[in-house]
Amino acid sequence: MRLERREHRPLLLLIGAPVAAIVAALVLSGILIAIAGAPVFEAYRRILIGAFGSRLSATETLTRATPLILTGLAAAVAFRARLWNIGAEGQFYLGAIAVAAFGSKLLADLPGPILIPLLLIIGATAGMMLILLPLWLRLRFSVDEVVTSLLMNFIAVLFVSMLIDGVLKDPLAFGWPQSQPVADHATLPKLIARSRLHIGLAIAIVLAVVVYLIQSRTVFGMQSRAAGLNPQGAFFAGVPLGRTLVKVACLSGGLAGLAGAIEVMGVKGYVTTDLSPGFGYAGIVVAMLANLNPIGVVFAALFTAIMFVGADGMSRSLGIPTYIADVTVALSLLTMLVALFFTQYRIRR
Amino acid sequence: MTTPVLDIIGVSKRFGDNLANDGISMSLGKGEIVALLGENGAGKTTLMSILFGHYVPDDGQIRIDGEELPPGKPRAAIGAGVGMVHQHFSLASNLTVLENVMTGTEQLWKLRSATEEARKKLVGIAERFGLKVDPDARLGDLSVGEQQRVEILKALYNDARILILDEPTAVLTNIEAERMFATLKDMARQGLSLIFISHKLDEVMAAAHRIVVLRGGKVVAERKASETNKAELAELMVGRRVTRPVREPSTPGAVVLELRDLGVRIGGVERLKNVGFVLREGEVLGIIGVSGNGQAPLARVLSGTLARTSGELLLYGEAVGNLSVGDVVDAGIGRIPEDRNGEGAIGEMSIWENAVLERLPAYSRNGLVDRKAGMAFAKSIIDAFDVRGGTPASGTRLLSGGNMQKLILGRNLSHRPRILIAAQPARGLDEGAVAAVHARILEARKAGTAVLLISEDLDEVISLADRIQAIVGGRLSPPVNAEEADARLLGLMMSGDWSHIAEAAHAP
Repeated sequence: MRLERREHRPLLLLIGAPVAAIVAALVLSGILIAIAGAPVFEAYRRILIGAFGSRLSATETLTRATPLILTGLAAAVAFRARLWNIGAEGQFYLGAIAVAAFGSKLLADLPGPILIPLLLIIGATAGMMLILLPLWLRLRFSVDEVVTSLLMNFIAVLFVSMLIDGVLKDPLAFGWPQSQPVADHATLPKLIARSRLHIGLAIAIVLAVVVYLIQSRTVFGMQSRAAGLNPQGAFFAGVPLGRTLVKVACLSGGLAGLAGAIEVMGVKGYVTTDLSPGFGYAGIVVAMLANLNPIGVVFAALFTAIMFVGADGMSRSLGIPTYIADVTVALSLLTMLVALFFTQYRIRR
Repeated sequence: MTTPVLDIIGVSKRFGDNLANDGISMSLGKGEIVALLGENGAGKTTLMSILFGHYVPDDGQIRIDGEELPPGKPRAAIGAGVGMVHQHFSLASNLTVLENVMTGTEQLWKLRSATEEARKKLVGIAERFGLKVDPDARLGDLSVGEQQRVEILKALYNDARILILDEPTAVLTNIEAERMFATLKDMARQGLSLIFISHKLDEVMAAAHRIVVLRGGKVVAERKASETNKAELAELMVGRRVTRPVREPSTPGAVVLELRDLGVRIGGVERLKNVGFVLREGEVLGIIGVSGNGQAPLARVLSGTLARTSGELLLYGEAVGNLSVGDVVDAGIGRIPEDRNGEGAIGEMSIWENAVLERLPAYSRNGLVDRKAGMAFAKSIIDAFDVRGGTPASGTRLLSGGNMQKLILGRNLSHRPRILIAAQPARGLDEGAVAAVHARILEARKAGTAVLLISEDLDEVISLADRIQAIVGGRLSPPVNAEEADARLLGLMMSGDWSHIAEAAHAP
């Protein structure tokens, strides 16, 4: 048996492979559900009900998908250019704390229509700042950014922890380490009344389309793709590798920072150290699930959100640990990687 | 007749549309040296890779001492006594000679490595075959010739009885090559059997007992060295050659590019020293030399991907600083890189994207890529330069080497460059593609383009260049006119002996 590179990739295969991967992941986790002693189909039905069964659960799922779309985009744009930004989690927190800092007092006197966009920009900028150090280390000393951007996460989270237990601590929080809340008029408008779903979802989807257009239509998009695919060839063709990477890093870090800003302004209102249940890391999974396609990121984020939100419902009614959602998402990542592999190679005997 | 130790019987191998080996049969006797002669792409390396188990043949079998070798298993090949000396050495430069030789021969779970016995064995082999090297020298400190000796020693250490050498002289100087062939003959006398792959007629005639000629994946002839001559071999090797275009006389115009005392240092190592040449409109200046003598840095300096450390560069008569890729492209300099897959094109991008990538400012508006214009440009290249096997939107990876090179040529020549830097433009291409590439280069020359042709293929340089300089150890020889150059003079030039040049250039 040998592997051969495919010369042509039929469209059906490109569409079918991700679907087959999700089905395979569901079948595999179905086995685990069966072992746990629950009826498999009932379990999946419960997941769907948990994620979409009511107005509340549906809006909850979409609310959960919002930061995942943004962190997924952050990973996707960086990975496209072979910039391994593993630091979206830290960038998320830095974006969040920047919004809390500026939105609670410093700029709180500005009117909402000015304040909200300004805070979003501040959050994105904060995210950018955090990735510039790992990027500089890579460009200057060839230090692997996988390690440095990952380690920056811990620095960022501890820094946030210091702030919310110090200068930014909310005096009304009964001593809990929690930041002061952003001003009421800095909260994002709701998309659907009487729910937590806010316009952050629309922003995220619009940004997915924008990122897609940037990658497919602009000089910068083409150059960053070239730099990722073949740095040597890109350099020969005159692509400024360093400058391109800086732009890619700013886009990536900015998206992750924006995710944090939007989560604070749309959902929580303030920052705690458990603001993110790992949105930054999950973004990497989402991006890989989407094969780094920005539009695919929206669907991959939705799938991941369905699994996480739905698993809570399933767990309550069937008594299976919610960890099954983690397992399913992880499995789908593995099956997706296998499926993507087979869109590029075929087995020949 | 010696008994065959190796029999290759009816081996075929297909890569996509390309039948690399087509029913090849040959044998090798004990104590015999067989040369496998053929042009690039004739299927020599494929055949040897099958023999060594790197590839599984589609058809046919390999027998060693009459026993069939299981296909696709390098371990089995090594076990049966086949040793391979690769063109690109598979050695670790941070290990010592002894460590390199021992690598892969020891069991992983043994705690102590039997260094002393290994040293004894290695020294024994080295003495027996006259392959002198210091077992404790770090490989990276050795010369290329010595590294090759280590590679051979490694094969012998694994008890190879059949040794395959893939273009062993490609990286050697003439003297080193002579010394190596003497060693090979000595090894044959001691009972080893050798196959060496080559496309150089001289060394084949000098070293081999028997010569197997490969062309287009088939064995076209088999001759005893004593019963053939170079002329016959040349004819057999190329067959009915596609007529290569002929260089018409021309009168060179103004000097467009001049280097004076140019030097390049990379990581403290001097890669180019005191390099100087002038290049005029409508002429081809050929730079010959054994690979690794500074061709790559020279091409890169002129392509805008490497900064010089000293010296002057005059472009159209004006001294200029270090050039970026953008400067070079804007100045009307076309570039054909040596490594067309690594530098020349980005395989995972489409043909139109590769066509416009180095000219994005011209093919974009307000930061948006003008896809329509790019597609049209790619289409015009495909039509004008006969690029086969792709459409503007299809992947570049799918193109064959020759067609990819036509694409690269096309994107440069379509813009009528005033200067063309062509590094190994025909390397690895089949005859038809070589002829097409050469014709385009001569066409550009006729149109007034100044061409700098960096090539290791003497025939190519002789047929295209008006003047020739040799690059040796980062230095450029004085130029000779192509009419005055013969193989002997060029050989001397490439070996660094430039004393004859003045004499040749001024000969009546």
